[in-house]
Amino acid sequence: MRAYVLRRLWQSALTLAGVSVLVFVILRVLPGDPAKMLLPDGAPQSAVDELNRQLGLHEPLHVQYALFLRSVFRGDFGQSFQYRAPALQVVTERLAATVQLALAALLITVAVGVSLGIVAAVRRGTRYDYASTVLAVLGQSLPNFWLGIMLILLFGVALRWLPTSGFESWRHLILPAVTLAAFPMALVARLTRSSMLEILGRDFIRTGRAKGLAERAVILRHALRNAAVPLLTVLGLQIGTLLGGAVITESVFAWPGMGKLVVDAIFFRDFPVVQTVLILSATIFVVINLLVDLLYTVIDPRIRYS
Amino acid sequence: MSGPVAADPAPRAGRLSPTALVGGALLAVAVLASVLAPLLVASDPVKPSFSRRLAPPWGLGGTPAHALGTDNLGRDILARLLHGGRISLSLAAISVLIAALVGILVGLVAGSGGERLDSLLMRAADVQLAFPVIMLAIAIVAVVGTSPAALVGVLALSGWVLYARTVRASVLTIRRLEYVEAAYTLGASDLRIVARHILPNTMAPILVIGSSQFATMVLLESGLSFLGMGIQAPRPSWGLMLAEGRDYLSNAWWLATIPGLAISLVVLGANLLGDGLRDLLDPRA
Repeated sequence: MRAYVLRRLWQSALTLAGVSVLVFVILRVLPGDPAKMLLPDGAPQSAVDELNRQLGLHEPLHVQYALFLRSVFRGDFGQSFQYRAPALQVVTERLAATVQLALAALLITVAVGVSLGIVAAVRRGTRYDYASTVLAVLGQSLPNFWLGIMLILLFGVALRWLPTSGFESWRHLILPAVTLAAFPMALVARLTRSSMLEILGRDFIRTGRAKGLAERAVILRHALRNAAVPLLTVLGLQIGTLLGGAVITESVFAWPGMGKLVVDAIFFRDFPVVQTVLILSATIFVVINLLVDLLYTVIDPRIRYS
Repeated sequence: MSGPVAADPAPRAGRLSPTALVGGALLAVAVLASVLAPLLVASDPVKPSFSRRLAPPWGLGGTPAHALGTDNLGRDILARLLHGGRISLSLAAISVLIAALVGILVGLVAGSGGERLDSLLMRAADVQLAFPVIMLAIAIVAVVGTSPAALVGVLALSGWVLYARTVRASVLTIRRLEYVEAAYTLGASDLRIVARHILPNTMAPILVIGSSQFATMVLLESGLSFLGMGIQAPRPSWGLMLAEGRDYLSNAWWLATIPGLAISLVVLGANLLGDGLRDLLDPRA
């Protein structure tokens, strides 16, 4: 058990090291002149020279990487030119809005996705199963930027029920959260259906029914609990989908989060902010998936790692 | 498929399901219409014509000359849709192909190249997966600029991991099978083992991944173009058309609706086909 935890921690640390190498390659090696890129347009040559010296751009690559890593560990991601403030501060200020949106979407994903999956599995072959499958296939096929726009068209422009952009009340959260949730919700529904079908065919379920357990208890307490482990893995991996999807959803609904920030940053060529968002979102992904793996041992006591 | 029997996920009934056929048909229609675009529509997809801006589709007050209406610059939407399809679909197809080739190669090397190389490549796959694809794409495109080549590169980069993991897993299993060990003992070269035994056994899952991934690539490409980081105006691309139509939701809803419908149908087609192929070729999944 302890060996497993240590191994997973080590793997996650290696992955994060890889993340830093990739970001370094994209933002420091790919561009011909990173100092020019990292400074606002029209910066004086003296500033370019100064940054060149600071970043050690005349040093060999491995020294440059070491300098890059040192500044990352100090939390120094450079200055945002657009906001004239430390990039890390600019990004973390927007993080709360993204987390709020992602959590709302996650809630919809789990509540709707799992319910759809259970209904489809229990009523296998009926029209409920069919309807839930159609919903799941649609959820995976509609591009979220289009779904968002169609929801705006229907609920904002035609019916005028809900606000279509901004960040003022919980009503502003509904359309973006539904848009962001559509894809992972579909995935969760399909996965729940297939693992429930598999589990409902097992001996212990038959035993449970034979000894007179209520069908409700059989499904919710015995079957669903066994389906939880694969579900949790997929949900952990969907953190990436949510963070990536937030980029588009936030742009469609003018939601002031990290995703909209990074899109705006590109147009201002605000590379310190781009770099920060990349590192931060990859770190969030790695840490959450590490936690999910460690959580298994709690949820499913049969899992023992040596 | 002429693979050996033991590990071969052989087709069961040998028939695609009706929904998979519908998916394949949707995809085929989209591909054909895009390929034949210059023959099917006479209007220029790029040249503006300000005298006939924002005409509604035929049947909703428009004319048959512009069956799907015109956009904010008076360009024929059907023409832009079909010409845009050529760009979007070919970019997606090329990206899938490159991702598959790179992924297969990495998977083969990881599975047969020793433990250190294997764990290095698999960690690289973890790193790749740690980034939300669209963010990685945005960063790369921001640095190297928006060209179709950069777009293909970014899409392919996002897609190789699935193939690599699948091929690696199957190399590790197949290598231990008796007949493969026998072939080694008889002096078969690594290359021969790979070509004769390993590749034929992985073709089925690769086909399934490729088909579903085509859907993902179309979504990613149009998403990037929607954000202004893919195909650039005035060239037509489905994502870009959608973005341009966003400002006309209240008075010309068809501008944003039609390209989104096209993306959805193609993605739906590829997903249905992918699901059908999986049921057919890979009963374990």
